[in-house]
Amino acid sequence: MPASKPSVVDPADADNQPGHRVRLGVERPMRLDSGLELGPFTVAYQTYGTLNADRSNAVLICHALTGDHYVLDRHPVTGKPGWWEMLVGPGRPVDTDRYFVICSNVIGGCMGSTGPREIDPATGKPYGLSFPVITIADMVRAQKLLVEHLGIEQLFCVIGGSMGGMQVLQWAVSYPESVFCAVPIAAAPRHSAQNIAFHEVGRQAIMADPDWCGGDYLLAGTRPHRGLAVARMAAHITYLSEAALHRKFGRTLQNRAQLSYGFDADFQVESYLRHQGISFVERFDANSYLYITRAMDYFDLAADHGDVLANAFRHRGKATPVRFCLVSFSSDWLFPTTESRSVVHALNAVAANVSFVEIETDKGHDAFLLDEPEFHQVIHGFLEGCAEHRGLTARRRAPAA
Amino acid sequence: MSPLDADSPSPDTASGRTGPRSGRSRDIRIDLRLIADMVEPGSRVLDIGCGDGALLDYLTHGKGVDGRGIELSMEGVHRCVKQGLSVIQGDAETDLKDYPAGAFDYVILSQTLQAMRDPRAVLDHLVRIGRYAIVSFPNFGYWRIRLQLLLTGRMPVTERLGYQWWETPNIHFCTITDFVELCRDMGIRIERSMILNRVDRITGRGHGGLTNLMGEQGVFLLRRG
Repeated sequence: MPASKPSVVDPADADNQPGHRVRLGVERPMRLDSGLELGPFTVAYQTYGTLNADRSNAVLICHALTGDHYVLDRHPVTGKPGWWEMLVGPGRPVDTDRYFVICSNVIGGCMGSTGPREIDPATGKPYGLSFPVITIADMVRAQKLLVEHLGIEQLFCVIGGSMGGMQVLQWAVSYPESVFCAVPIAAAPRHSAQNIAFHEVGRQAIMADPDWCGGDYLLAGTRPHRGLAVARMAAHITYLSEAALHRKFGRTLQNRAQLSYGFDADFQVESYLRHQGISFVERFDANSYLYITRAMDYFDLAADHGDVLANAFRHRGKATPVRFCLVSFSSDWLFPTTESRSVVHALNAVAANVSFVEIETDKGHDAFLLDEPEFHQVIHGFLEGCAEHRGLTARRRAPAA
Repeated sequence: MSPLDADSPSPDTASGRTGPRSGRSRDIRIDLRLIADMVEPGSRVLDIGCGDGALLDYLTHGKGVDGRGIELSMEGVHRCVKQGLSVIQGDAETDLKDYPAGAFDYVILSQTLQAMRDPRAVLDHLVRIGRYAIVSFPNFGYWRIRLQLLLTGRMPVTERLGYQWWETPNIHFCTITDFVELCRDMGIRIERSMILNRVDRITGRGHGGLTNLMGEQGVFLLRRG
């Protein structure tokens, strides 16, 4: 990826992995929602494109539960292409020839930012379960520190799907003056009881694995791979739809002509899920999975605003200045359209500037990661309109690398 | 596709109460142009049933308004958002209650009132949400319509109202006189009115006299009394 790097990048973060790392909360630790403090801590991030002279073209991408900051880079562990190449890149809706794109690994994560598998400086051992419980707002606080570190006062756009969409909403509520436009995709203003329930199944699967060792598996030299794989398998079902599963697999048998009358993966869908589980454990930390699912469970935007969601979008007695574009997918039953619509209604109640589109697809929640031309055209149009309002008119070509 | 554009009514468009309006940006239908002329430059506008965004685009780029739209059909919403307009997918009859009083300078309801389940409640919201409401609708008291019913004894089908009775989305037709009376009843002030004939010429400013007979559609600027 021949993206030119901004001048504000630390020279010291050269590493084998693509991207950068920065130590934050050095002078003053970051206060968490739990009341505990975290700091100093590391944030791993990646950037694409060039920051313009008045630093007004920055786009922050917020990743989902098991995502990371390798939006366009080949993944250092799996070797797979960047997770949002469909939407982001030169000439794409989030155009890296035009915007300076930032994405950071969330705190609590396991791809370079401080999380439960990193070494606690106080003990010299991995944090494990002594890592403080973090929230979506804490993740966003850390991102705000990163954005300030990069010398950016106002982000042109914050965009993300699923848990990334929760962060986008939190950004708009916590720092309305630091965000020009916000694109929460397949998101919700709070995690539903059903979603908390699914997360709990995943966590119990991990904790029931004897190799989890009460969270101290790194010290014990084991990994709760079986538990984490089951957690991923259960979660993966929620990212798809019945129609998509039927279209892809139906009742087709896997490498056999007849039923085995046993418990092998007779059906293709079983084999597929097993593969999803097994490949996931190579790249993800089980304790991180516990912490990040917890952060999503705790998310409830209205809770801090008298349980009235609209109040979250009031700023200095007026409507939030942020321009919103909400996107949902018709077959998404994890973050259904009704969730996005409840945010739209709250934004209407303060007469905020909002666009809202539901995309017709059978691909379920995962649609935001997939080839959905209609979705991509909507994002492109919305960003073009916002760029015009922000005065980012001319399409810039990145200087030759 | 507005409830009036029925050149080739299909089940799709006939059921879309507030589908995309025809017309491209900067070159808008005369009745939309008359609405636009009522809007002060730089004001805040909510266009209900904004269709493919022709009026909203014209107002945003031509008059510098802060424009928003609500549109029922997904196709219309997609077309609007793709061109950078702030439009949500929603239903006027369920979503207007969310908006606070006085949130906009103008709330526009163009050629859609007659397709509402509860036009009176919608009107009430229009003058609550906007300092002004601009409403346009087809006049069922137009002489050609009267004549058709009189001579053929069948539900009128005209160039503009091209639907058969069993497929029309227009469930609450009224005449200009009916509308004026409803406004009086609701304490809504009519600030301005324009009555258009068949070729979209203004046949009358004001709404008295023969306008109820000669006008094919009316455009009203309203305000809560």
